[in-house]
Amino acid sequence: MTASATVAPSRTTTTRKRKSSGVRASSLSAGLASWLIGIIFFIPVAWMVLTSFHSESDAGTNPPKFGAPLTLDGYREFFGSGTGQSPWPALINSATASVVSTLLVLGLSIPAAYALSIKPVRKWTDVMFFFLSTKLLPPVAGLLPLYLFAQNAGLLDNIWLLVVLYTSMNLPIAVWMMRSFLVEIPPAILEAAAIDGAGLINIMRKIIAPIALPGIAATALICFIFSWNEMLFARVLTGVLAETGPVFLTSFVTSQGLFLAKVCAAATAVSLPVLIAGFAAQDKLVQGLSLGAVK
Amino acid sequence: MNSRRRRTVAGLALPLLAVGLVACSGAGGGGSKSGGKSINVLMVNNPQMVDLQKLTADNFTKQSGIKVNFTVLPENDLRDKASQEFSSQAGQYDVATLSNFEIPFYSKNGWLAPLDSQVSADASFDQADILKPMTESLTGADGKLYGEPFYGESSFLMYRKDVFAAKGLTMPAKPTWQQVADLAAKLDGAQPGMKGICLRGQPGWGEVLAPLTTVVNTFGGTWFDKDWTAQVTGQGFTDATNFYVNLVKAHGEAGASQAGFTECLNNLEQSKVAMWYDATSAAGSLDGAGSPVAGKIGYAPAPVVKTANSGWLYTWAWGVEKASKNVDGAWKFVSWASSKQYEELVGAKLGWSRVPAGKRTSTYSNADYLKSAAAFAKPTLSAIQNANPTDPGVQPRPTPGIQFVDIPEFTDFGTQASQFISSAIAGKLSVSSALSKSQDLAQAAAKKYKGK
Amino acid sequence: MTTTAATSVNAPTSEVRIRHSQKGQWKRRAPLLPALIFLIIVTQLPFVATLVISFMRWNALDPNNKGFAGIDNYRTVFTDPTLRSSVITTVVLTVTVVLVSLAIGFAVALLLNQSFIGRGIVRTMMIAPFLIVPVAAALLFKHGIYNPTYGLLNGSITSLWDLFGAKNPPQPDWIGSHPKIMVEVELIWQWTPFMMLILLAGLQSRDGEIMEAALVDGANPWQMFRNITLPHMRQYLELGGLLGSIFIVQNFDSVFTITSGGLGTANLPYTIYQTFFSAHDYGLASAQGVVVVAGSIVIATFALRVVSSLFVEEEAGR
Repeated sequence: MTASATVAPSRTTTTRKRKSSGVRASSLSAGLASWLIGIIFFIPVAWMVLTSFHSESDAGTNPPKFGAPLTLDGYREFFGSGTGQSPWPALINSATASVVSTLLVLGLSIPAAYALSIKPVRKWTDVMFFFLSTKLLPPVAGLLPLYLFAQNAGLLDNIWLLVVLYTSMNLPIAVWMMRSFLVEIPPAILEAAAIDGAGLINIMRKIIAPIALPGIAATALICFIFSWNEMLFARVLTGVLAETGPVFLTSFVTSQGLFLAKVCAAATAVSLPVLIAGFAAQDKLVQGLSLGAVK
Repeated sequence: MNSRRRRTVAGLALPLLAVGLVACSGAGGGGSKSGGKSINVLMVNNPQMVDLQKLTADNFTKQSGIKVNFTVLPENDLRDKASQEFSSQAGQYDVATLSNFEIPFYSKNGWLAPLDSQVSADASFDQADILKPMTESLTGADGKLYGEPFYGESSFLMYRKDVFAAKGLTMPAKPTWQQVADLAAKLDGAQPGMKGICLRGQPGWGEVLAPLTTVVNTFGGTWFDKDWTAQVTGQGFTDATNFYVNLVKAHGEAGASQAGFTECLNNLEQSKVAMWYDATSAAGSLDGAGSPVAGKIGYAPAPVVKTANSGWLYTWAWGVEKASKNVDGAWKFVSWASSKQYEELVGAKLGWSRVPAGKRTSTYSNADYLKSAAAFAKPTLSAIQNANPTDPGVQPRPTPGIQFVDIPEFTDFGTQASQFISSAIAGKLSVSSALSKSQDLAQAAAKKYKGK
Repeated sequence: MTTTAATSVNAPTSEVRIRHSQKGQWKRRAPLLPALIFLIIVTQLPFVATLVISFMRWNALDPNNKGFAGIDNYRTVFTDPTLRSSVITTVVLTVTVVLVSLAIGFAVALLLNQSFIGRGIVRTMMIAPFLIVPVAAALLFKHGIYNPTYGLLNGSITSLWDLFGAKNPPQPDWIGSHPKIMVEVELIWQWTPFMMLILLAGLQSRDGEIMEAALVDGANPWQMFRNITLPHMRQYLELGGLLGSIFIVQNFDSVFTITSGGLGTANLPYTIYQTFFSAHDYGLASAQGVVVVAGSIVIATFALRVVSSLFVEEEAGR
């Protein structure tokens, strides 16, 4: 790293072991504070999961019954015991839309990032800003034409329409992320490979891919999360066949009757893929969100 | 570092791979449509509909061979979705739950398929058995029938008989709003944490505006006079709103500005309130199995001031979309769901308190039903029969409707007005400024009807 | 490190590379074109249609009265107080959520950058809110936490009062009395982890040697924070601010779910949605959309200037 260093880096190699007791005390209090904040932020999640295992009448009490007997009723409801409506079609739709759009985004963004970093086109900064500016436009403003188009083209309630829209939704961020990863590849290696007579495809496969792989994974994770979470397009443009997980989740909300445990179970279940992916790849998440700042 | 990197990549790849596999297996299975013999139904997520969903596959589909795909949404989402679907005649759904609010103007716009020929060809359905106010409110301006009720409701006052007895109070046979306000004041704190009355305060034209508009009617107010001049700042409307807001602020439930049907139901069941003015359909839950207050609830007619009755009239009904390619299948489903047999099926399978009632005369002479609904069957039936959508107040109205104004614009300006009134209940806005804002909205919305 | 300063990196070399033939330029452009064309078609074409519809009198509830409206819709947009108040709401909501979650996120990132027992667990707990599906989070807060009768907040107050044997615990109406704050709290809860992740990445990329050198020089923690950490973190803070703003300006799920746009919380996406889906005034909704897009472009241009000036500074500092 180079940036704004204000201290002259001349006397670096001296005293490595400066762990005074003061530092220890401060890291103890830092630990306590971290735990406290972490727990505060985690309480809603814990409450959601706990409530999802309570019965409907135990979920709606005041004061809350933290130790109420646990039951799987909420999950049974989610999996269709009450309504006979299986959540799988909706979850599969969500998975299709998220996975396919993520693959499409990668397919489009990697070459684009290549043309913006390794062999940059002229005025590539303008192109970068164009990509970002499409993210600044409110999607809701384009919703009506999209709806009318989908209706006339017979694409309403079609999961592939969501795939296309999610691809466009994530493409700008992905291009920015991918570019910041590709730009890390030392030009010297590429030049050496070119001199050795390696073709573009080979350079891509043999040199760029291995170095950029963690970046690709990070980008994929972010795109997957945003697609999985999307709700506005899904609720407007889908119906019975292409309904996605988040839309299905809202179907447990009723204006007449108790539903908290059911909704918590559904919310937990629908969030689970993202939670697993996110927890498993925390480092990727850090790396992806900071546009590749951390190696 | 390198091995750690690989591990995290693997960690990421696994869930992605897993959902990918699911996606692939699903793509194969989901593609098969059951030979075109299916209908798509869009409906509101009320308990009666959830019961229907549960019973459809084993009964309707088994008998008719028609598969039914449901989309179930909370009420506000449903209205958005239904109006979008029907106005564009997108043909995604064959049947939707619509109410007596939508059906008149949907039919005027030609968005619904008339059901007369099916009804007359289907003697077993017995249209004459449907309660008259229901049939009337689902008939279009052209005299054709456009909807069949799934269940119907009016509004009445529910109260805790045991709490009244403990406090030495009695509920008048035909209470006035002033009497109810006095009772609410006396009932405050009758039990620890108990408030006098629960009234809806949640924004939404079908939420706070439903009970409020019935209060407005009986206070002598109205949204519009005969010539479509808005009367929201008029004396009757102002008095009624002040009364309603003050009552709920002084003796109403906690969190009134966000309370709707569910919250009030919960409040009454958990002994947080002693009275509740709301839909007659609530009685089934209150007196149903598992309710902590079953048997303790008394039912009185909707409180009045200047009118003889003030209960609303509402029904969730089935409407068939004009663009549907399977009107016959749709009718088969509608006639099954609204039939006497379906009520008996629910009674036998799920219990009689869960029957979607309030639509058929025969329900109220069914001995099984009366056994479980003894406390509220009669008050419900008379509330529905006394409701008069064409003349609900003290003055002539430009369009029918008790707790709503039956024009499409009402969803929008009604919702916005309800947000102002909800703010007034929360104490963020004065009643007079809430009403003057609402007046402007109502005036602007009715502009195109004026002089017609 | 290079990172966000993406733009400036390799600048000298690319200058050299650009001096290639015209044919080479097209060869360079080729990999870029699919993404660019795709994005133009999917995101720009609908806006052209929006522009056309915005000049039409078209209410889906009134299908027989459709035609050219001139600038009527725009007149309504600019005279209608609803849109104006939703602009203000959007700004307040976005600024509050972004600043507060940046501040908390920064604090947590600084804490998590120390080593202590269970750091991994705390980080996992902190990330969790960001991984909950937004509509699920909004439903959870509305019904499970804020609800005045059975939500966790009032429930905990009751438990606490019961614990001390006190009667009549206060049961505030959270959403009713502070609607905007409640929406903001939910959003801050969801977005703080996002900010924290970005800032943590920034902290971890600090040069350890510089830090140690400063320590040797006798710098106290505050001086180190002020003179080393903060300047280094500036670009990460701005990156977090930019990305956060992009997503929160467009937030729809929380407003829709928690307040249904009531109690003065309707932001721009919600207002347009309502005109579109409740009022079904397609003409007006499109005009609102066009005005919002125009406004976004102005702000975006300004915001991107700020970001790009950051890049230039970066380069100068090199």
